[in-house]
Amino acid sequence: MEFNKIVKTLAVALPLMTLAACSSTSESDTAAGDATTGSGQYGANGAGGIEMGGASQMMTPEEQQRQQFQELRQDNVIYFEFDRSEIGGTYAQLLEAHADYLTKHPSVRVLIEGHTDERGTPEYNIALGERRAKAVAKYMQGLGVLPSQMSIVSYGEEKPADLEHTADAEAKNRRAVLVY
Amino acid sequence: MKAFVKGLMLLAIVMVKPSFAALDIVITEGVDAARPIAVVPFVWQGVTPAPSSISEVVASDLSRSGTFKPLDETGLGQRAIGEASSFNPEMWRNVSAEAVLMGNIKPYGNNQYLVSFDLVDLVKAQMQGAGPQARSEYLLDSRQTVISAEQFRQYGHRISDIVYEKLTGIKGAFLTRIAYVVVEQRQSNPYQLMIADYDGYNEQMLLRSPEPLMSPSWSPDGRKLAYVSFENKKAEIFVQDIYSRTRVKVTSYQGINGSPTFSPDGKKLAITLSKDGQPEIYVVDIASGALQRITNHYAIDTEPSWFPDGKSLLFTSERGGRPQLYQVELASKQVTRLTFEGEWNLGGTVTPDGRSLIFVNRTNGKFNIARMDLKTRFMQVLTSTKLDESPSVAPNGTMVIYGTTYGSKQVLAAVSVDGRFKARLPAGEGDVKSPAWSPFL
Repeated sequence: MEFNKIVKTLAVALPLMTLAACSSTSESDTAAGDATTGSGQYGANGAGGIEMGGASQMMTPEEQQRQQFQELRQDNVIYFEFDRSEIGGTYAQLLEAHADYLTKHPSVRVLIEGHTDERGTPEYNIALGERRAKAVAKYMQGLGVLPSQMSIVSYGEEKPADLEHTADAEAKNRRAVLVY
Repeated sequence: MKAFVKGLMLLAIVMVKPSFAALDIVITEGVDAARPIAVVPFVWQGVTPAPSSISEVVASDLSRSGTFKPLDETGLGQRAIGEASSFNPEMWRNVSAEAVLMGNIKPYGNNQYLVSFDLVDLVKAQMQGAGPQARSEYLLDSRQTVISAEQFRQYGHRISDIVYEKLTGIKGAFLTRIAYVVVEQRQSNPYQLMIADYDGYNEQMLLRSPEPLMSPSWSPDGRKLAYVSFENKKAEIFVQDIYSRTRVKVTSYQGINGSPTFSPDGKKLAITLSKDGQPEIYVVDIASGALQRITNHYAIDTEPSWFPDGKSLLFTSERGGRPQLYQVELASKQVTRLTFEGEWNLGGTVTPDGRSLIFVNRTNGKFNIARMDLKTRFMQVLTSTKLDESPSVAPNGTMVIYGTTYGSKQVLAAVSVDGRFKARLPAGEGDVKSPAWSPFL
């Protein structure tokens, strides 16, 4: 039972940690690559040994915001243990990214949805879902997001992300979602 | 703030295909313990075919009660008898049943029908033998009335009520309705609030919404339903008149507006609000919107339900670490813990006699419906189905309808309060959940 839970949590948490790991290593790889391989990366090698470089166009602030926003919208789910509302350490980066965006754009508002799996009663799950959403809001507030930027709604077990009745589906349904 | 929106029209009201079909009811346990009864097909005295069968409705009702087991037609001592004067005890000597129901249906002009029925105590008749004198001894009931073709089913339920009460001493609950929520996830408006006769017939949609609908609860007069709707992207509590198609928004506070149940006098709702932080129990006056806060604790308090005397509430609280059932006296606000057995006990309701609780019990991670006697504190798990929730007790206190999972679907199921009789009400399209049994209508 308990072991199963841990495995389930890992199943959810591991890919996220791997993702985080991937992005950080690839950044440093790029930096190292620039230093050693130098110009070899750029342009086509001309006949007379001429190498032509070029800068990629800078993104406008609007484009940057849009891109950042797109990324945030795709990585916007925090999963929970059964009947728990504590936020796992693996979500620190995700929530920091959202908090960073929200503190830089104080006019943007986010809706935090709280959800549960199907176990327990519908009304108890409404209460549990709200506790999860509030835990996320509190965390974000700790990172400087204004309470006025955040609103909360709990759907309990009424809006499952996965309609199956398996342990996997239950793990996917125990979640808080940041909706812009 | 009092948020009242009066006279809102319903989003939709139409007749639809049944989401749970009574004809398909699967009695999974308890047939053996049921008491045999003879229901002789009512004699039709018309020329053209009868509008529908009344005795079939009665036989289904009695078998669905879990208390009775109607005999097969081949097991009857006599057929084609419609009144006690044609009943011959000699011919029933070898029939093992406690009573015989027989009746006549006669066209009475202009879509009207004269229905008469007699109920005979078979055990007494077998002991006393034939003769008109003996008949008055074993005739339990005899009635006649004029009905229209549309009233056949309803009158069948009425006869069932009479038979059931004569033989058990308990008022029948066959003329009742059930409210429930159907969810068809693949539809653009997945959430539907429905009502139907207790056996699934005459299903009607009261509301259809793209956002969740939850927790229907009947007013004591059976005219209104309180429920939670997320149609405005937040939880709000409505009270809707099922006949006039009007509704009132009762609460729309920040956070949870949940779990409404009508007070026994029908004037108030016990509800859950989280406007002040944690989910707490409140009582709201429906007419004025005035709030009275009942609980005050940092843990989750929810799922209030009234004791029949209206003086205290049963509710679920996590104040002891895990969800358990508590009682709070409205006048003193004094809280008493009621359940201790099992990991969790929640979603409770008090039986109409005020003597026991019906609730969801979690033991070894399994969620089942349980009953606890309030005096002895003896707890009995009634069901063995999966992920049971939302129990609702019939107004005569004999049966519990609840939501459960069967296969890959959420369906409704029923269990008698002694746990002996178990039945499943298979769903049509979509998931069926949150059943609420009406009061006597």
